[in-house]
Amino acid sequence: MITLEEIKNILEIQNPGQIERLAREASEITQHYFGRAISLYAPVYISNYCSSHCTYCGFHVRNRINRIKLTGEEMHKEMSHVAQSGIENILILTGESYKATPLFYLKEAVEIAKQYFSSISLEVYPMEAAEYRELFEAGVDGIAIYQETYHRLRYAQVHLSGKKKDYDYRRSAPERIARAGIRQISMGILLGLANDAGEDLYELFEHLRWMEKNFPGVEYSVSFPRLRPIKGLGFEPSYVTDLTLIKVICLTRICFPRAGINLSTRENARLRNHALELGVTKISAASKTSVGGYTAENPEELDPQFDIQDERPVDEIVQMLKHRNFDPVFTDWRRIDNESAA
Amino acid sequence: MITKTEIPDAPLTIAGKKFHNRFFLGTGKFRSKAALAESIAASGTEIVTVALRRIDLEHHEENIVEYIPKNVTLLVNTSGARNAQEALRIARLAKASGYGNWIKIEVINDSKYLLPDNYETIKATEMLTAEGFIVLPYMFPDLYVARELVKAGAATVMPLGSLIGSHQGLKAKEFIKILINEIDVPIVVDAGIGRPSQAAEAMEMGADAVLANTAVAAAGNPAQLAQAFALAIAAGRLAYLSKLPSAQSHADASSPLTGFLFEQ
Repeated sequence: MITLEEIKNILEIQNPGQIERLAREASEITQHYFGRAISLYAPVYISNYCSSHCTYCGFHVRNRINRIKLTGEEMHKEMSHVAQSGIENILILTGESYKATPLFYLKEAVEIAKQYFSSISLEVYPMEAAEYRELFEAGVDGIAIYQETYHRLRYAQVHLSGKKKDYDYRRSAPERIARAGIRQISMGILLGLANDAGEDLYELFEHLRWMEKNFPGVEYSVSFPRLRPIKGLGFEPSYVTDLTLIKVICLTRICFPRAGINLSTRENARLRNHALELGVTKISAASKTSVGGYTAENPEELDPQFDIQDERPVDEIVQMLKHRNFDPVFTDWRRIDNESAA
Repeated sequence: MITKTEIPDAPLTIAGKKFHNRFFLGTGKFRSKAALAESIAASGTEIVTVALRRIDLEHHEENIVEYIPKNVTLLVNTSGARNAQEALRIARLAKASGYGNWIKIEVINDSKYLLPDNYETIKATEMLTAEGFIVLPYMFPDLYVARELVKAGAATVMPLGSLIGSHQGLKAKEFIKILINEIDVPIVVDAGIGRPSQAAEAMEMGADAVLANTAVAAAGNPAQLAQAFALAIAAGRLAYLSKLPSAQSHADASSPLTGFLFEQ
């Protein structure tokens, strides 16, 4: 297993030759295990209610934004819109409000999503294993839960109130998700939150390694969203360069040859295009990060969780992938009745 | 085409169906569906395996199955199944969706090594054959397990050469050899075969067929490598049929141990 020292050394490399060698190794491993297949997904935000105060997030409880929670009918509208683009893999997101978006509301969203998509993932607040189990039985295949930062002190500084303040409850969520039988778990860190990306990366690797060892049947993927300043928030993230992000992706690929790596539209088209060769295996397309953003009449009035940098429509992403000799994969799971699965 | 080279050989028979080409092709990880179609054509393969999870039953995208010619046997696999129950559900769904009743069982509950779970594979084989499926189970080469699979009605046994996608070749050679010697259904070497020479080696020692996927999909020219695999497999088969001298025999005329008996 890679040491903290080694990670730090690699993150400090500036020599183009050494960086290219790192990239080649990552690229070869990716080809080896994933071939030329790239999976596509899209996020659908169904609520921005949140009861936690996280200083870096636009949805936080004290931010004066227009709070919206989609009704069943509105979910149908948003999801059918996304499904029309051919997307089969959906990521349903909410803010972290246990009260505004309780378990039965999430299950309702899953029931609706099942009518449009072959695979359903959720990115919501952490919960108990029995609750995750209910989601699994309702048809959820994947759960994304990011620790944001593994640095306890920094975590306490940016999570001021609400349930998300509880570091350990969040840290132990992947374990509960795995116990519940969920197939795919996505873990990650928010780059730019802690001052030292190396330490966070090391802790993430340790966490992932532990999960792999204890829950080998789960398919793991990781994400490295980069924090961007959000209007009116006054939060200044540590600047994470493109070079650092690329090194983080390469290192992850080398240390975890079979783990999926996601890259969202918060990164620009050029970086996303190049990152595909280095280890990224899953990308979102034509994303909207505001609640109801796909079908809103006046989308400019909505508050996105973060700004999109890559606005290419699904067709254009597909053309780009083909042009770069990748096979765009829409369907990579076929829902089988999760109910009686062990 | 070169792969049509006639060799004096009985066809490979699986569940009563005859195959003249002993190269099986997997369909994952190709750069495009066109590249897959070209690889099928160039190799002359008669049996390809497709993960049900990758088939778009609702036809929103180019359906991978449409790139597989009708005269090629479609072997749906249960990729993604973590236990026998899930494999059963995937197989039923494949059948209900009109993809026939030939199923390659893959039960994997380890995302790091992707090793098959032999115990669950036996259970899945029992359940699927009971429902009338033609079952080709992917397994870790263990003699007892192979015997159980045959008892459960498996049409072939498909031992791994080495880890999926590793290109390490016949790491499990000695154990596969035991299966070849002891098991009466066809032995199809699956997984880990990265080069045509490795496929030829498996055939020389008496395997009935070889399946490759990642190596072909990731090649600069997939169709060319697929053809090379088919040729190597045919060559290996021909060598096996020729009763090639075993590697241990030395072309050594002297007899250091027993020569004294004949000394005058």
